[in-house]
Amino acid sequence: MIHSLFLINCSGDIFLEKHWKSVVSQSVCDYFFEAQEKAADVENVPPVISTPHHYLISIYRDKLFFVSVIQTEVPPLFVIEFLHRVADTFQDYFGECSEAAIKDNVVIVYELLEEMLDNGFPLATESNILKELIKPPTILRSVVNSITGSSNVGDTLPTGQLSNIPWRRAGVKYTNNEAYFDVVEEIDAIIDKSGSTVFAEIQGVIDACIKLSGMPDLSLSFMNPRLLDDVSFHPCIRFKRWESERILSFIPPDGNFRLISYRVSSQNLVAIPVYVKHSISFKENSSCGRFDITIGPKQNMGKTIEGITVTVHMPKVVLNMNLTTTQGSYTFDPVTKVLTWDVGKITPQKLPSLKGLVNLQSGAPKPEENPSLNIQFKIQQLAISGLKVNRLDMYGEKYKPFKGVKYVTKAGKFQVYY
Amino acid sequence: MSAAPAYSEDKGGSAGPGEPEYGHDPASGGIFSSDYKRHDDLKEMLDTNKDSLKLEAMKRIVAMIARGKNASDLFPAVVKNVACKNIEDPNQLIRASALRVLSSIRVPIIVPIMMLAIKEAASDMSPYVRKTAAHAIPKLYSLDSDQKDQLIEVIEKLLADKTTLVAGSVVMAFEEVCPERIDLIHKNYRKLCNLLIDVEEWGQVVIISMLTRYARTQFLSPTQNESLLEENAEKAFYGSEEDEAKGAGSEETAAAAPARKPYIMDPDHRLLLRNTKPLLQSRSAAVVMAVAQLYFHLAPKAEVGVIAKALVRLLRSHSEVQYVVLQNVATMSIKRRGMFEPYLKSFYIRSTDPTQIKILKLEVLTNLANETNIPTVLREFQTYIRSMDKDFVAATIQAIGRCATNIGRVRDTCLNGLVQLLSNRDELVVAESVVVIKKLLQMQPAQHGEIIKHLAKLTDNIQVPMARASILWLIGEYCEHVPRIAPDVLRKMAKSFTAEEDIVKLQVINLAAKLYLTNSKQTKLLTQYVLSLAKYDQNYDIRDRARFTRQLIVPSEQGGALSRHAKKLFLAPKPAPVLESSFKDRDHFQLGSLSHLLNAKATGYQELPDWPEEAPDPSVRNVEVPEWTKCSNREKRKEKEKPFYSDSEGESGPTESADSDPESESESDSKSSSESGSGESSSESDNEDQDEDEEKGRGSESEQSEEDGKRKTKKKVPEGKGEASSSDEDSDSSSSTSESEMTSESEEEQLEPASWRRKTPPSSKRAPATKEISLLDLEDFTPPSVQPVSPPAIVSTSLAADLEGLTLTDSTLVPSLLSPVSRVGRQELLHRVAGEGLVVDYTFSRQPFSGDPHMVSVHIHFSNSSDTPIKGLHVGTPKLPAGISIQEFPEIESLAPGESATAVMGINFCDSTQAANFQLCTQTRQFYVSIQPPVGELMAPVFMSENEFKKEQGKLMGMNEITEKLMLPDTCRSDHVVVQKVTATANLGRVPCGTSDEYRFAGRTLTSGSLVLLTLDARQAGAAQLTVNSEKMVIGTMLVKDVIQALTQ
Repeated sequence: MIHSLFLINCSGDIFLEKHWKSVVSQSVCDYFFEAQEKAADVENVPPVISTPHHYLISIYRDKLFFVSVIQTEVPPLFVIEFLHRVADTFQDYFGECSEAAIKDNVVIVYELLEEMLDNGFPLATESNILKELIKPPTILRSVVNSITGSSNVGDTLPTGQLSNIPWRRAGVKYTNNEAYFDVVEEIDAIIDKSGSTVFAEIQGVIDACIKLSGMPDLSLSFMNPRLLDDVSFHPCIRFKRWESERILSFIPPDGNFRLISYRVSSQNLVAIPVYVKHSISFKENSSCGRFDITIGPKQNMGKTIEGITVTVHMPKVVLNMNLTTTQGSYTFDPVTKVLTWDVGKITPQKLPSLKGLVNLQSGAPKPEENPSLNIQFKIQQLAISGLKVNRLDMYGEKYKPFKGVKYVTKAGKFQVYY
Repeated sequence: MSAAPAYSEDKGGSAGPGEPEYGHDPASGGIFSSDYKRHDDLKEMLDTNKDSLKLEAMKRIVAMIARGKNASDLFPAVVKNVACKNIEDPNQLIRASALRVLSSIRVPIIVPIMMLAIKEAASDMSPYVRKTAAHAIPKLYSLDSDQKDQLIEVIEKLLADKTTLVAGSVVMAFEEVCPERIDLIHKNYRKLCNLLIDVEEWGQVVIISMLTRYARTQFLSPTQNESLLEENAEKAFYGSEEDEAKGAGSEETAAAAPARKPYIMDPDHRLLLRNTKPLLQSRSAAVVMAVAQLYFHLAPKAEVGVIAKALVRLLRSHSEVQYVVLQNVATMSIKRRGMFEPYLKSFYIRSTDPTQIKILKLEVLTNLANETNIPTVLREFQTYIRSMDKDFVAATIQAIGRCATNIGRVRDTCLNGLVQLLSNRDELVVAESVVVIKKLLQMQPAQHGEIIKHLAKLTDNIQVPMARASILWLIGEYCEHVPRIAPDVLRKMAKSFTAEEDIVKLQVINLAAKLYLTNSKQTKLLTQYVLSLAKYDQNYDIRDRARFTRQLIVPSEQGGALSRHAKKLFLAPKPAPVLESSFKDRDHFQLGSLSHLLNAKATGYQELPDWPEEAPDPSVRNVEVPEWTKCSNREKRKEKEKPFYSDSEGESGPTESADSDPESESESDSKSSSESGSGESSSESDNEDQDEDEEKGRGSESEQSEEDGKRKTKKKVPEGKGEASSSDEDSDSSSSTSESEMTSESEEEQLEPASWRRKTPPSSKRAPATKEISLLDLEDFTPPSVQPVSPPAIVSTSLAADLEGLTLTDSTLVPSLLSPVSRVGRQELLHRVAGEGLVVDYTFSRQPFSGDPHMVSVHIHFSNSSDTPIKGLHVGTPKLPAGISIQEFPEIESLAPGESATAVMGINFCDSTQAANFQLCTQTRQFYVSIQPPVGELMAPVFMSENEFKKEQGKLMGMNEITEKLMLPDTCRSDHVVVQKVTATANLGRVPCGTSDEYRFAGRTLTSGSLVLLTLDARQAGAAQLTVNSEKMVIGTMLVKDVIQALTQ
């Protein structure tokens, strides 16, 4: 299936390669570079490229390209999903998935890649199993290793691979037993000129951080599970139980993982917490324009909206902007033509606004295209869909765990049309 | 060793502190030092007795080999130590690692040893070792393909393995070594289906994709006999007990029946569909896609819809995932448009999307556009045109062109919008518009002389060659519509001929030739001039074209015969181009595959076979152990091997069967066959959930009635809204009912826009707001120097008409759940006088009856106009004709004077218009009442595409078709009125339709689920023809009568 993997950084250097079958020459990446040049933008490199003898399937993560070489038919998503899993594993092991981190831990990287694929077919991809085989690097361990000459390869036999619950390693022990759940909801919305919602939905995830000894069997129930209309599950969740009782019942992996992700799409359930009033106008035959934007709270459920950032992509002919703001600070990047306004919190007494002049290139006709406006914000202690965790029960172990749930609402892809 | 240079370079940084480690580890450091003594360490380590050292050494060797390093000098040591010793090691992990090392050594000499080792490992006790054996098979096969036959034996053995650990790996080996040996799967098919949910994600993808191919060779197409299917599923539903009693053993008799016999889904086919469905909720995009393609290729039409939601969910994933998913959605949306229509807005484009994603979304939006949603789509496109991403703008203009060709109703609107774009400042936008306009004009050139004139004027300004060429072609082709301008254009072009691009030059020659033929007096000299210029052009194509043209049009001594026909040659009517999706017909590739994505066959692609004409013998899947299916459930519960999904299945198993007791009294049956029995029946309802719900609903009748009671109170709220809120608020009602409501809700959502938008009064037609929302009306346009085209008033009114529905939807935004109200309004059941103060009316609510989908739901309104309370209202012993059954409403305790109440009851009229007679009892009195349904209420709308409609109609010809001619009165000729009248008369769903003067509606009768298709073909001057196709001829005839009455009154 997957024949080889090349890691390429933004400047086009192949800094790591791994082959699972025979060696494929680096020159195969030339096809990739060609496509990259044509695409102009890194995001527009087609994920699947066909070359005379191979197929290249690539992903772009954290300023790195993971380019895999395929020789025969394979579902492209299979490969893409795997490559993302590799990147996730690096992230998990080294804290970040960057060129520097990979180069620093090149031995571990090779060990990981070796275990994750066997002859091109995924073998062990669950982080719990991998950690049993190959210990993540810590400062202490790397010091010990360099003195004693031992390696990161685990010296106990990795029995996790044999178990029926491949996502959980055996013999977990903690002195403090804790289980935390973060309910994070993002609002994706498109708001039109007049301020009415063209499209809105909530994308939610429940991320868990479980540090429990032994083999705990958890069940998580919600006050209003019916809100969850479209859900995808971590493999540990018992599907039948959810179908029949709407309870999430699972033996959790150890550590951090994403329990479920869900979508609430019926529009009447989606509250839009902020509104934006904006205008931009250009005078005919003048290199000036007026720009005005005000932001205010709408349906915020009595919570403070914070961390508001407004990003406006201005038309290409805009040269500079002279603005005054009542709150926060703004920057305009004349190269990318991106205006960023860091607003901070909204206080309903005084609505933050940003207004002033737009300078165009002299002689340029007034722009026909519209700026696009994206908003970021955050509301703590609120799940905008109204989802509430009812209770968490644990079976199978005797101790009493410490439990916690946190709710956050954020703006996802929140866009306002001009 | 090609890896070495790049690698050593990077190593530089980290080698310092890690030096001792590298020195010790030949797998990393050894490559570069090429110090072969290091291998002695490894040999030593392999010889020790300590497990951990052996494991360590082997890991390093594997790592070396994987890096392309020649490990052949370690070969003897490995073979001696590993193959011969460790393969017999008591620890399963060591046995497995040994095999992995051995099989990774790419040296042909060891093929026999490897073969032996694999064979041995394949019968190892440990499933993990067996898994490793499966992994080793493709490695050996790539080393020596002569071993195929022996390897197939091993695969066959491993396929029979019952553990989840092995299943994925062995199917992968099967796909690499012998994908054509589909016969090996037969015996393991059911087991694979049952294990599937517990296999790890990567294995699931491989197994599902293999089973898709398998199913295509073994089962009959579920779509070939869609209409017949309904009836049979129906039979199976009622007769499920007998069917079950026959059990798995007798299924060959059923399915081996000739293909022309009514279609019955093979229980194994159903098993596959049922077992894969939960995987739509996997976190892995690859698994979701695999299931989606399985459903797309294998499921009956009615069930494919379930995948849409899951696919839409994937659109929130990484952009690479989006890219692949959108490509597949684009293909699916051509064939199954209705499936994605409810999710139209999920495909709206954000400015932050990468261009390649934008263009794919645009493709999907264009595919989804139809008569009803086109205003929304066009308005969205209007926003896109003002984007900063020029490639995307160009794609949007093309998309508008495609919408215009596909949907006749908006053709003029689109054309006008595009013409206005011609005065855009961006040349690329103008050029793209010209190209699209050219294509549109070709479809109906006569009315558009004005546009052509306008385009002609643009030749002075537009520089983009493709656009210039398009304009010239248009002028040449339709020169008779612009007789005065064409020669002038030619004059100008002749002047600038030498400076033009090749593609433009060719079109100048073309234009000159056409003008010469039609208007030689004015253009003879010009043509000759152009041809002379072309004769000396640098480009040989142009020289050739000039010579060729001259010979054709200018009469000479020899060429006379040809030049006589020159007019026919040049001015032959040309067929209009068909603007169609590039994703059309891509579904002959298996979806989700690499080949589909590239639209070319990739190496190693296994064709998706066509459905067989006749089903192969299904008994091949029977397993010798006769008890297998029977014990599967119990086995699962006992087996600690796969506790996860299956154990919970075991838990819920008993309760389930208790719930559905009346259904499966023959408990002795195997679980699998009883499941497949009920599954079969569910093919007639929308999906399985519903079916299960149904069972549950019946099991817990008290819950049901409670729910009804609640609804009764809710019903005081105006209809429609009440429905919506009840489904939202009744969070404490049983999950089954709410879920069935969910499905019905989405159905309604699909159906609504068509019918209710049309109900909006056309009074606001000339709303002044048009300018705001008019398509492509760019405010900052400099007023075009020429007033283009037809009078603007017409433009704006047509726009207003198109967009008026849109403002409405915008203002509400909440998905409307208004049901089309039955024409038969409130009807009297019991008069005040006869009822001694009790007034009873009834209406047909057209909402699906929650207890039983075969029942018509009737809302009964009671009101007490007497001055004493009426107590204990309930239904007394009904005397019903055969087949008709009633689901009574819960007893109403008391009705105070002046109060009123509403109850819902379900009546299964058994597809006849016979009256249901029953007694309405109070504590003191009994009233005999009867409800007779109009024929239009005996059906429920079905959503289907135009093609499906046509296909179904084709199956219902002859006796099943009833046609009647009628005259539509003047008041009843607009779309709105016709659609409203028909939907009010009969509970049918509108089917999108390509032509503007044809209306199509589809529905199914409630009891038998037979299709009812209604076509109204409006012709000139009010003449129309009404056709009803239905198996139920009586219903058809009555429906025709009713609809004609409604339309002509």
